[in-house]
Amino acid sequence: MIPELGHFALILALCLALTLGIVPMVGAARGNARMTGTARALAQGQFLFIAFAFGCLVASFLGNDFSVMNVASNSNTKLPAYYRVTASWGSHEGSILLWLLMLSGWTFAVSIFSRNLPDAVVARVLAVMGWISVGFLLFLLLTSNPFARLVPAALEGRDLNPLLQDPGMIYHPPMLYMGYVGFSVAFAFAVAALIGGKLDATWARWSRPWTTAAWMFLTVGICLGSAWAYYTLGWGGWWFWDPVENASFMPWLAGTALIHSLAVTEKRGIFKSWTVLLAMVAFSLSLLGTFLVRSGVLTSVHAFATDPKRGVFILTFLALVIGGSLLLYAWRAPTLGLARAPRAFTPMARESLLLINNVLLVVALLAVILGTLYPLFVDALGAGKISVGPPYFDSVFYPLMAPALVLMGIGPIARWRGETWPELAAKLMWPLLISLPVAVALPFLLGRWTPLVCLGLWLALWIFATSAFAVARRFRATAATGWMAKIAANSPSYYAMHIAHIGIAVFVIGVTMVKGFESERDVRLAPGESVNEGAYAFRFVSIGERPGPNYKAVQGRFEVSRNGTVIETLTPEKRNYFASGQTMTNAAIASGLTGDLYVSLGEPIEGATDGAWGVRIYVKPFVDWIWAGCLLMALGGLLAVCDRRYRLKTERKPKAADITSGAQGVPAAGD
Amino acid sequence: MARAWRYFLPLAIFFGLLAFLWKGLSLDPRAIPSPMINLPAPAFTLPQLHAPEKTFSAAEMKGKVWILNVWGSWCVSCRYEHPSLNRLAKQQLLPIIGLNWKDVPADAQGWLAKFGNPYTLSVSDAEGRVAIDYGVYGAPETFIIDKNGVIRMKHTGPIDEKILEEKLLPVIRELQK
Repeated sequence: MIPELGHFALILALCLALTLGIVPMVGAARGNARMTGTARALAQGQFLFIAFAFGCLVASFLGNDFSVMNVASNSNTKLPAYYRVTASWGSHEGSILLWLLMLSGWTFAVSIFSRNLPDAVVARVLAVMGWISVGFLLFLLLTSNPFARLVPAALEGRDLNPLLQDPGMIYHPPMLYMGYVGFSVAFAFAVAALIGGKLDATWARWSRPWTTAAWMFLTVGICLGSAWAYYTLGWGGWWFWDPVENASFMPWLAGTALIHSLAVTEKRGIFKSWTVLLAMVAFSLSLLGTFLVRSGVLTSVHAFATDPKRGVFILTFLALVIGGSLLLYAWRAPTLGLARAPRAFTPMARESLLLINNVLLVVALLAVILGTLYPLFVDALGAGKISVGPPYFDSVFYPLMAPALVLMGIGPIARWRGETWPELAAKLMWPLLISLPVAVALPFLLGRWTPLVCLGLWLALWIFATSAFAVARRFRATAATGWMAKIAANSPSYYAMHIAHIGIAVFVIGVTMVKGFESERDVRLAPGESVNEGAYAFRFVSIGERPGPNYKAVQGRFEVSRNGTVIETLTPEKRNYFASGQTMTNAAIASGLTGDLYVSLGEPIEGATDGAWGVRIYVKPFVDWIWAGCLLMALGGLLAVCDRRYRLKTERKPKAADITSGAQGVPAAGD
Repeated sequence: MARAWRYFLPLAIFFGLLAFLWKGLSLDPRAIPSPMINLPAPAFTLPQLHAPEKTFSAAEMKGKVWILNVWGSWCVSCRYEHPSLNRLAKQQLLPIIGLNWKDVPADAQGWLAKFGNPYTLSVSDAEGRVAIDYGVYGAPETFIIDKNGVIRMKHTGPIDEKILEEKLLPVIRELQK
C-alpha cells in the first residue's frame, strides 16, 4: 500500500509540475496577475507530494518491504536501521528520487524567500524549475520507478553494497545533490531574465545568494565524497580523477567562476552575457554529470547497472534543456548585452583580475571536461580505445591553478576600475617579503626541499599573508573605534570572501604536505612484531574475530608509539559481508592536526606459521587539512549567504557610492 | 548585429558534444559486442613485467584455458576488481596472464606488491599496441581464451564476486571439460 501511495504522489507531483511550467509562464507573458500568482502555491504543493513520495520509499526500506524491487535489491533485514534509510538513495531509482526531492526543495525555498522580488520574475523562475522537474519526474515514472513491485516478494534482501555502508554515505549524496540541483536556481534566474528581457545588476544581485548556497553545498558534498573515498576504499588516496568525481568537480569549477563573475556584474554592471552563460553552463554540467553517471557511457568505480533506455531519455532531456536555453541565449543575449556601453577599467583593476580568474577557471574546466570525455570522443570517432588517467589531469590542472592562486592574493586588494602599479606594489610588498622566505626555508626544516613543495607552501602563505594584510588595512581605514566595532563595521560577505580564500590556502597546504611528505610501507608482520616508520613505531599486538550485524570481521590490534610511549591503538578490519559475499578492507586511521596514521590489513601470508599478515602502513602529514580547507570554503559560502544585504526589502541599484568608495581604498563590499 | 553569430557559439559547441554523447550511448562499454569473440586471440610477444629480459607470447598458452586481464596501476577500477582476481588465483583453476597496459614497470610492480599478485605472470604493453589488437576499451578488461587459442568471452569493467560466479566461472568450467 505504502509504495502505491508514493507512486501516486509522484504522478500528482507531475501534474502540478506541468501546471507550474505553463500557467505562471503564460501569466508573466500576458501580465495576468492571477496566473502568475499561482506559481508559489504550485511550487509548494509539488514539494509536498515529492517529499511524501520520498517518505514512502524510506518507510518501505525501514519496514523491510521486500515486495518492492528496489528494497529487495538494496537492503537486508540484518542491515542497521540508519543504513536502511541511506539505502533508499543507494540505488539508481532512489538517487533520482533524492535528486527530485532536492529540486522541489530548492523550488520551495525560492517560493518562500522571494517576497521582495517582482511577481513576474518569481513566476518565470518557478516555471523554469517546474519544467526541469517535469523532465525528472517523467524520467522516474517512465524508466526508473523506485516503487516497482517484485512478484513474488523476496524473503530476504540482497543487501546494500558494502562500499556504501559507511557513515559518509549518510551525508555525501544529499549534500552533493543539494549542490548539483541548487545550480538550477541560478539557471532558472538566468533563463527567466533572458525571457523577461531584463538582465541587469538586480538580476545578479538576486542570483548571488542562491548561487553561493548551491556552491556551498557542492563544496561540502565533494569534500565528504573525497573523505569517504579516503576512509572507505582503503587506498589512502583522496582524489582519483574518476569520471564520477569529475562529474561533480565540473559544476564546482563553473560555479566558482560564476560566483566571481556575478560579483562583477552586480557591482559594475559588466560581463553580463558572460555571467548569464556561466549560470547556464553550471547547471548544464550538473545535468551532464547526471547523464555520465546514470547512462554508463563511461566506466568508473561508481558503476551502476545501466539501461540504454535511461541513457536515451536523459540525453533527450539534456538536449532540450541545455539546447533550448543556449538557443534562448543566442537569440536574446546580443540585444541585452549591448544595452549600455561597457564601463572602462584598466589592466590592474579588480575587474581585470576577476576576468583572468574566470578565464583560468574556465580553461581548467574545459581541460577536465576534455579529459573526462576524451575516451568517448576517440571511441566515437573510431580512432582507437584509450583511457585518461591522473597523469593527464595532474599535468594540466596544477599549472592552471597556480596562477589563479597567485591572483587570489591580488584580487581582493585591487580596486574596481583601476589601480596604479606603484600603489598595488606597495600593498603587495609585505605579503611577498614575508611569505617568500618562509616558504623557501620551511621545507628545509621539514627535512626535504623540493621546488614543488616550496611552490605549494608559498602559494598558501601568500594567500594567508595578503588576506591578513588586507583585513588589517581595512580595519585601519574603518572609522569605528574598538575591535568589536571595527569587526562589526564590515559586511559578513567581506569576511566570507577571506574565509573562503583562506580555506583554499589550508587546502593547498594539505595537498602540498601529503604529496611532498607522505610515506607508505608494506610489511609482513606477525603478532608481537613491530616496525618503524618515520618517528613512529607500529606494533602488531594481536588479531581476532569480531562479529558485526551483517558481516563477520577479522580485526587486528596495533599500538603506535612515539619515543617509547604508546599514543594510539588502531584496529583495522577485514569484513566479510554475508549476503553479497564481498570482502571489504576497513582501514584504521588515527587523525590529527599534523597528519594521519593509517593501518590496513592486506592478506594473511600463505604458509606462515607465526600468523603473519601483509600490513600496509601510511603516514599522511596534514591530510585532514584538505577537508578542513574545503569546510572553510563552505563556511565562507554560508557567511556570504547570511549577509543581510541580500534580503533587504528595497531592491537597491548599484549607486555611485559603490563605485567611488573604491577610490578611497574601502570597497563597498568584499567581493 | 554583425557579431551576433558568436552568441551561437555555445549552442554549436553543445550540439557537437551532443553528437558524441549520442554515439557514446550506442557504444555501451559493458556490452559484449566485441568482434573478437570466437576469433583467434591476436598473437603477441611482450617482455615480462618482473623479468623484462624474458618475453612471453600468447602461443605458449596453447592447450590451456587461460585468462588475459588488462590492468594498470593507474586504473582505479582495477583496484576494485583486484580482490576478486586474488581469490580466483588462489583456487588455481587456470593461468591468469596480466596485460599491464600503458604503465611504468616500477609503478606496476609496486602496485602488485601492495595489493597482491594474482597473475601467473604479467607482460608490459607500454605503448598499448597489443591492447589495440585486442580491442580494449578501457582497463580493466578480461578475456577468456580456450585451449585452441580462441577468445570465448570478454568482460569489460571490473569483475566482482557476482560476475565471477555467474558469468566467468561457468564458461571456464565448460571450456576446461
